[in-house]
Amino acid sequence: MATTVAPIVTAHIGTPDSHTLRGYLASGGYEALRKAVTTMTREEVQTEVDTANLLGRGGAGFPAGRKWSMLRKADPTYLVVNGDESEPATFKDHMLLEEDPHQIIEGTIITAYAIGAAQAFIYVRGEFALGIERMTQALNEAYGHGAAGNRIFGSDFSLDVVIHPGAGAYICGDETALLESLEGKRGFPRIKPPYFPAVMGLYGAPTIVNNVETMSNIPWIVVNGGAAFAALGEPQATGTRLFAVSGHVKKPGNYEVELAKNTFRDLIYDPRFGAGIRNGAELKAFIPGGASSFWFGPDRLDMALDETKVKGEGGSMMGSGSIIAMDSSTCMVRAAWRLVRFFSRESCGQCTPCREGSSWLDKIMYRIEAGDGRPDDLDLLMDVCDNISPGVQWPSRWPPNMTTICPLGPSIPPPIVSALGMFRDEFLTHIKDGACPYG
Amino acid sequence: MADAPETSTDTVSITVDGKVIAAQPGEMIIAAAERNGVYIPRFCYHPRMRPVGMCRMCLVQVKGPRGFALSPACYVAVAEGQEVVTDSPEVKKAQDGVLEFLLVNHPLDCPVCDKGGECPLQDQTLTFGPGETRFVEEKRHWAKPINLSDLVLLDRERCIQCDRCTRFADEVAGDPLIEFVGRGASIEVNTFPDLPFSSYFSGNTVQICPVGALTATPYRFKARPWDLEQVESTCTSCAVGCRVAVQSSGAKLTRYLGVDADPVNHGWLCDRGRFDFEAVNSDERVTAPLVRKGDELIEASWGEALAAAAKGLADVTKLHGKGSVAVIGGARLPNEDAFAWAKLAKVVLGTDHVDCQLGDGLPAAAVLGLPRATIDDACRAPVVILLGPDLKEELPVLYLRLRAAAVDGKTKIVELTPHSTGLTRYAAASLGYRPGEVALLARALVEGGGGEDADVAGVSAAAIAAARELISAGNAVVVLGRPSLAEYGSSVAEAAGVLARLPGARFLPALRRANVHGALDMGLAPGVLPGRVALADGRDWFGREWGALPAEPGLDTLGILTTAADGRLQALILLGADPANDFPDRQLARRAIAGAGFVVAVDTFLTDSSRHADVVLPAATYAERAGTTTNLEGRVSRLGQKVTPPGVAWPDWMIASELAVRLGGDLGFDSLESIWAEIERLAPSHAGLTTATLSARASRDGVVTPLPAAPTEATADTDDEAAGADATGEAPVNRPALLSFAAPERAGDVPALDSYSLRLVTGHKLYDSATSVRRSPSLAGLVAKGKLRVNPYDLDRLGLTTGGRIRLQAPRATMVLEVVADAGVPRGSASLPFNLPSEPAADLIDGSLAVNDVRIETT
Repeated sequence: MATTVAPIVTAHIGTPDSHTLRGYLASGGYEALRKAVTTMTREEVQTEVDTANLLGRGGAGFPAGRKWSMLRKADPTYLVVNGDESEPATFKDHMLLEEDPHQIIEGTIITAYAIGAAQAFIYVRGEFALGIERMTQALNEAYGHGAAGNRIFGSDFSLDVVIHPGAGAYICGDETALLESLEGKRGFPRIKPPYFPAVMGLYGAPTIVNNVETMSNIPWIVVNGGAAFAALGEPQATGTRLFAVSGHVKKPGNYEVELAKNTFRDLIYDPRFGAGIRNGAELKAFIPGGASSFWFGPDRLDMALDETKVKGEGGSMMGSGSIIAMDSSTCMVRAAWRLVRFFSRESCGQCTPCREGSSWLDKIMYRIEAGDGRPDDLDLLMDVCDNISPGVQWPSRWPPNMTTICPLGPSIPPPIVSALGMFRDEFLTHIKDGACPYG
Repeated sequence: MADAPETSTDTVSITVDGKVIAAQPGEMIIAAAERNGVYIPRFCYHPRMRPVGMCRMCLVQVKGPRGFALSPACYVAVAEGQEVVTDSPEVKKAQDGVLEFLLVNHPLDCPVCDKGGECPLQDQTLTFGPGETRFVEEKRHWAKPINLSDLVLLDRERCIQCDRCTRFADEVAGDPLIEFVGRGASIEVNTFPDLPFSSYFSGNTVQICPVGALTATPYRFKARPWDLEQVESTCTSCAVGCRVAVQSSGAKLTRYLGVDADPVNHGWLCDRGRFDFEAVNSDERVTAPLVRKGDELIEASWGEALAAAAKGLADVTKLHGKGSVAVIGGARLPNEDAFAWAKLAKVVLGTDHVDCQLGDGLPAAAVLGLPRATIDDACRAPVVILLGPDLKEELPVLYLRLRAAAVDGKTKIVELTPHSTGLTRYAAASLGYRPGEVALLARALVEGGGGEDADVAGVSAAAIAAARELISAGNAVVVLGRPSLAEYGSSVAEAAGVLARLPGARFLPALRRANVHGALDMGLAPGVLPGRVALADGRDWFGREWGALPAEPGLDTLGILTTAADGRLQALILLGADPANDFPDRQLARRAIAGAGFVVAVDTFLTDSSRHADVVLPAATYAERAGTTTNLEGRVSRLGQKVTPPGVAWPDWMIASELAVRLGGDLGFDSLESIWAEIERLAPSHAGLTTATLSARASRDGVVTPLPAAPTEATADTDDEAAGADATGEAPVNRPALLSFAAPERAGDVPALDSYSLRLVTGHKLYDSATSVRRSPSLAGLVAKGKLRVNPYDLDRLGLTTGGRIRLQAPRATMVLEVVADAGVPRGSASLPFNLPSEPAADLIDGSLAVNDVRIETT
């Protein structure tokens, strides 16, 4: 049964004028920043975040404190906040950017203080017009309030924060492509090594790249302490997390729940959250962690919201925190095709397997959905997927291998491999009938 | 530009397919494997550019902490104990997969593709790829081809997005004018709107394209690779000496490709060097001897023409003495031919009025007599001092090398120039001096002083102090040429003499014309003899074998032309030279050609000079004759002959030999080898450099002269034959010392500039009215119109607007042309290209003046 804890990142959402300085101050805003820069050392802030064991909320789930500790000593270093949320059915950061921009800015400045960054950049998806407007407004207010700029709250700490709108490419959510874009270049992911921006990031300087929601957690951790955060959830999955629940649920939306103590069933069926499948239909399958994750059947509903379990037992991931429910009216060929088409259109084109593989898979899937499939196509689909992500299989395993430069490559096969693995009959029906049975 | 890793004695042991190999620290697996006989397929990897890991063709298994994982061999550096597998089923599957992916959208129009037969995609598909595609859908379609520039076309359907051309444009050429546009399967290479890929180096992208996506107009649809034959040679379009493969189909030259000579061109060519083979193929070539009958040049046999030339020269000599004949040119000749002509002039004709430079170079002693540096030396020097022309326009691949060295932080560039150049943006300091005053600037750089606020030559004291700081590390390499043709070369020589006092300074001459450095080495200059020897020093040494030599040093080209124009010099031999176009004072040159009673031209075309000759002797040119050439480093390399000369044209050395016989002499040469043997025996700078050494495989990139073992001091040669001691038992003669440069006296100050005038600056553009450009249809269209560049301050002061038309007045001529504002031109100066077909600065220059001033009037 779903647990109930006080929300952390969504605490202010729904309060009057939550996106304004006035509204933010009314609910205790910027006290964490004041506390950090006037009473705590950088190391003390880092220790609290380390104790909290806050896992990055962007998708990879790397502990934020550990990432910070990997920052190569150099001058300057930078902090970059990734607000380029653009995968289908992800909309949690979107809400935070529009409804609580000050919390992101406060977390950003505290983080910059903790890691000693010379400047912070918040990269916001270009299509988020309102989010960019509110972030910009909030940043101006923060400067006026003494929370950003020179000698923040009278301390010795000064920081400039820049808000940078993206130019419309999903790939720029990849942290190294984001850095290229921020530098004014084409958004091609960087090839590894170097493996981490913490070693060589923006303009060649060591850089921490954190997700918007990760930043939103920082003020709470500073005020309440890392131990209080770690007391939520389980040791390997602490705190709460914001999930974007969509698809065929009665109540699609963003829901913040305690990690590990809740399950996918809670998010999809609890009346406070997804409230079950619409029209009284049956759940056919669900996508547990965004478009690039392997799908789950209803048999996985009771798996806890714990990344280690989702990866280890489930062979998938919670990824971007997007859960998509598909009911019995869904054509699984069409669903997989639509996701593959997204990746095909958003492949940056830099490396061969992703560029050519995604568009080829898109074409094959479209052909099958349109009724022009051939029996050989099913093996072909698996083999093309294997050439992008060697060893890809059903049941799935985590992590995937890749022949590509960045993880967009191995993001392409999961919808196809999942649909083929769970619903092979539907493919065969399409091929046999020469048409989509769902019309 | 990625250099090959420095060779190191420390090697790293890695295992490739179970075999332990030694790798250089820092190199990539793909390079280490290839050197050890394991070829890993690739498309995007190029040894002269930074790896990008984009095509994924070179995926191999590299053992890491979690076992073997697929990694791009072009992007993983070797590490001690590393285990690499290139032949496992996993690797084979990954490579098959990548090839299949690449072919998904590739049109497979190999039968009509220029690249078919030499195509890496075709070759590697056959070697590594699956036999059939499983792709049944419609391929991607693009309009094709599109023009990236006047020279380069792109077929986007064939493109495999390897990033080689785009990377080259940005990283190597510094002209980032082509980029990826779009994304996913719709990604394409294209130019920016209204900005064509007008790079001087665009042809390289065609050569390194691993498919047939990029084609160049001069070769497009002209031949199939299997019909081509090739020889290796050295490009003589300028004096850098890039190695090339000269290819022909049948009797016509069809294509030049860059060959990677590590010390010189790294495989790159400029577009002028790559495409001016069209001029060799030109129908306008002089194919038979011509003899003047009245106003007309009439075709004649070699016998008639040589007899006419010999008679004319003999008559003049008989009437006016030996000093009445002069030889201008020879910088386009191979070394052997230059040597033969030097011997003909100085021994048979007995004149020292011989100059291979056309008043656009430097005194021979400044080129031959200063400590020399190589291109590699310059690229590794703590600082490079540029005191020469715009290298991007005149010696393009030297520009590439120095640009790369500056961008990579391997050297710093300090530039002394009268107007901004292609390297200005890469220079740590660029000192824009007033024309004619460079020696003052050099003195301030070396000696300091001048006071805290005092400008020197128009350069601020602060800028000079900053440059002094940069050169204080010592061991500078000075790139030495003519910064402007509208000022005396002697002022540059004086500046060179000052810079030579910098501790450890060495010089890389930057004269542009083909084999000018070889011609100087071979003695085609006044006061010098072959082997970098002064006439006075070598008189005995050469006299033993050659007989009497001219008594006094002769005139340079300016002196020859001045004397001829005055009617005091009666015969001119133009050796592949067109002073009417190329000499800075064109009026003087034209008067001289008219003033000389008898003119013999040895040439490949009828030019503004040779069409006025009394006898025209048709010469074989590049790729039509063998021999050797010498680049600006003093590097001697072999020329290849690929086609036969048109008509009855002869190599220049044969013309010299035959003419000598008709003048009653005998050069004693019956082959190139016989000439080289005499060069090696007599020319001190070339001692020890035998034909066998030059032909050795190790000499493929050429050999820098003098050899380290060559005697540079005067030495008694114990080899009797070489010393010229014959059976008469005369005492051995000392081998003369190489000449050294004596800095000229401090010249007087240049006249002050009046406030209505601007001081003229001029230099060559890569595409100008040179014969090789005008006779190459693909290049001729690239020649720009001349525009006058003036500092915005002066433009304001004169009440002019940029882009406006003005009247430019000089004592010699007046011309109407466009003026543009350019902050790279110092105040008080005006810059105009030297040799464009329209509005050439060459028409304005008075060669008798130290500087040339012009005035601007509104039209």
